[in-house]
Amino acid sequence: MTTQVALSNVGKTFPASPTTAALHALGPIDLELQRGEFFAVVGPSGCGKSTLLEIIAGLTPATQGSVEFEGRRIAGEAPDSIGVVFQEDASLPWLDVTENVAFGLRRSKLAKDERDARVRDALRLVGLSDFATSYPAQLSGGMRQRVCIARTLVMQPRLILLDEPFGALDQQTRLLMGDELLLMWRATGATVFLITHALDEATMLADRIGVMSARPGRLIDVVETNWPRERDSRIVERSEFGAITARLWKTLREESLKTIGRAVPKPAADA
Amino acid sequence: MSERRRHGGRNALLLVAALFALWQAIYWAVGDIALSSPLATLRYTAQLVTGEDFRMHLSDTMRAFAIAFVLSVVIGLLVGFWLGFDRLSGDALEPMIVTVYAIPKLTLYPILLLAFGLGLSAKVAFGVLHGTIPIILFTLGAVRNTRPILLKTAHVLKLSRPQMVRWILFPAAIPEIFTGLRVGFSLTLIGSLLAEMFASQRGLGYLLMNGIGLHNIELVMSVTLLIVVFAAAVSTLLLQVDRKLHRKG
Amino acid sequence: MKRLFLYRLAVVAGAIALLEIFCLTGVIDKITMQPPHLIARDLYRLLASGRMNGAIWKTSTNTLLALVLALGVGVVAAALLHRLRALRDTLDPLFATYYAVPVFAFYPFFIVVFGLGDLPQILIAFMLGVVAMIVNTLNGLDRVPPVLLKTGRIMRLTPIDTALRLTLPAAGPYILTGVKLAVAYAFIGIIGSEFILSRGGIGYEINFAYNNFDNATMYPLIVLILLASIAINTVLTRWEKTLLARRGAR
Ligand SMILES: Nc1ncnc2c1ncn2[C@@H]1O[C@H](COP(=O)(O)OP(=O)(O)O)[C@@H](O)[C@H]1O
Ligand SMILES: [Mg+2]
Repeated sequence: MTTQVALSNVGKTFPASPTTAALHALGPIDLELQRGEFFAVVGPSGCGKSTLLEIIAGLTPATQGSVEFEGRRIAGEAPDSIGVVFQEDASLPWLDVTENVAFGLRRSKLAKDERDARVRDALRLVGLSDFATSYPAQLSGGMRQRVCIARTLVMQPRLILLDEPFGALDQQTRLLMGDELLLMWRATGATVFLITHALDEATMLADRIGVMSARPGRLIDVVETNWPRERDSRIVERSEFGAITARLWKTLREESLKTIGRAVPKPAADA
Repeated sequence: MSERRRHGGRNALLLVAALFALWQAIYWAVGDIALSSPLATLRYTAQLVTGEDFRMHLSDTMRAFAIAFVLSVVIGLLVGFWLGFDRLSGDALEPMIVTVYAIPKLTLYPILLLAFGLGLSAKVAFGVLHGTIPIILFTLGAVRNTRPILLKTAHVLKLSRPQMVRWILFPAAIPEIFTGLRVGFSLTLIGSLLAEMFASQRGLGYLLMNGIGLHNIELVMSVTLLIVVFAAAVSTLLLQVDRKLHRKG
Repeated sequence: MKRLFLYRLAVVAGAIALLEIFCLTGVIDKITMQPPHLIARDLYRLLASGRMNGAIWKTSTNTLLALVLALGVGVVAAALLHRLRALRDTLDPLFATYYAVPVFAFYPFFIVVFGLGDLPQILIAFMLGVVAMIVNTLNGLDRVPPVLLKTGRIMRLTPIDTALRLTLPAAGPYILTGVKLAVAYAFIGIIGSEFILSRGGIGYEINFAYNNFDNATMYPLIVLILLASIAINTVLTRWEKTLLARRGAR
């Protein structure tokens, strides 16, 4: 196991604007991602998860601490070999599915055959081969998100960041999408960093799960699942599944209560 | 919100100042032959508006405009509500009305002149031709886009149809209808003035064209200034009300 | 769909038939208007004779010139204003009340300054069209989803690629709305000013025919303008619809 991403003492404070005060949104955070692992992050909403992801992606600079990707410092520019799937639908409505997936490859010096082959493989991996000439508007939300995943995959990233990619989908679709994500993770060998608000999703998918505090978000727990690499959504039948999810919720409950503005209730006295 | 209001006011003032500065700059660049300076124009305007002649032209324009606007509102609301309720007619006619909006309506004016003769009624008809369309379109949209949940609520509350219109539909549609009235107001004014510019013996539009005939640049600029200031001022006022209604809605 | 088409057909055919009957029975007298079938015949003869080719050419080229100016200046100005927040805020009251001001009122002034040539007409048509273009392009730029721009950065697109391959297509439908309006306004501007005072063009010919009680020329030309304007508008609306349909609700 080698370290691929190293965050040390990373924090973010948004500067004050004419209408808002300065906001300490994140950190400090120390975290190392191992090459090839599946890491999930859970935390109350507004705790800085997306901000953390954007810092790793090089979309926004940290205001404190340092971020290294494969030994190089990231400073506010997106490095190659990092792919991102956002929560919002980022499919391009004026391009069909094939053109969407090939979008990032235009600039590369690949031969046309090679390019077409990559697009075909990615479409097969996300199960959209039959929709190659459809437009995003003709697809369901889950399929559009898979288009975005395929678009990321063709770039063959070594690190894939996903920001609540299934947040807008219904529960059954999410479970199935989770299965596909696991397949893709094994097939590509890439490192996956997944933000989710669904605790069961984190437990089902990840090797390790980071739990964040309310804003400013810090890591308050990191849970190892010890699942085998070959796994799918049927893992929910295992007894450890419930135990791990319960542990996550226990840690998160207090933090989540803080964000909805409630005082933390005292535990009821044992009867 | 009052913050925003103040910003809006400051921006408007800044803009007016900038436009006057631009005017003055062009005047310095071009000179007296083609342009009169802002100050000279204002002085001429002051003299113009106190004259007896001007009052006659103004009242002529205003009379045509007022009648045209009232007619536009009545026709616009009636047709708008009808097309809003009657799905088939609405779907069929709306694109046609939008198309009429895009044609150069000035070309139709000779027909109106032949039909109504040179005078007030042709001007009024032309103003109505401009003014009704936006009122119809906005009213139609407002009625049709009333949130279905409101209509269901009316149903659950067992309101009669007139009650439903009075208590639910109309209040819900008011902001959009007002937008239609605002645009209709401006377009009616534009229509009336255009009619006067093309063929008429009285009114501000006539005065403007007369200025060209007399090569009286000061007259042309003064009347243009008056028209622009009036239209912009009223439109700004209506826009404020419009925004307030939409914020509440 | 079919029902709507039939409805529209009935309205148009009904109106023409009614006019025809009124004209033939004398409810509308000959001096006011000729029956529609004669107008159609006259229009055909007028076009076949080639008598109006010069006027048609003049009006078309002037409209096109004004339109190209309005589109070019409009897009560039919108792109700049989108970045210059303060300037945009200052100009906002101007844009908000612009179409409430009779732009044609400036026409006499332009004639005084530039003389009675094509320039004042093109200027009026440009002024009418450019603001619709600016406002709609700005609206489109405002609505480009931020996530698309983030995607562009992840893919390390150059600024030009981002503008041409993400921003422009994403704002496309709104820009097209601007184009549609600018086309209509350019046409209205040219025809209108030809009509009010000019030395040539279709608007001028209509005015000339009107002054000479030449209904056999006036009505066909009016119909020609109506048909041209309806045709252009229909084509652009179609295009807009297919673009929007492909994109679904967005
Ligand atoms: N560009 C920004 N400027 C100011 N504050 C921001 C900005 N982006 C996010 N924030 C604030 O930072 C906090 C964390 O946001 P985010 O990372 O999106 O949270 P999460 O993804 O965990 O819900 C939130 O309170 C949000 O309002
Ligand atoms: Mg987030």
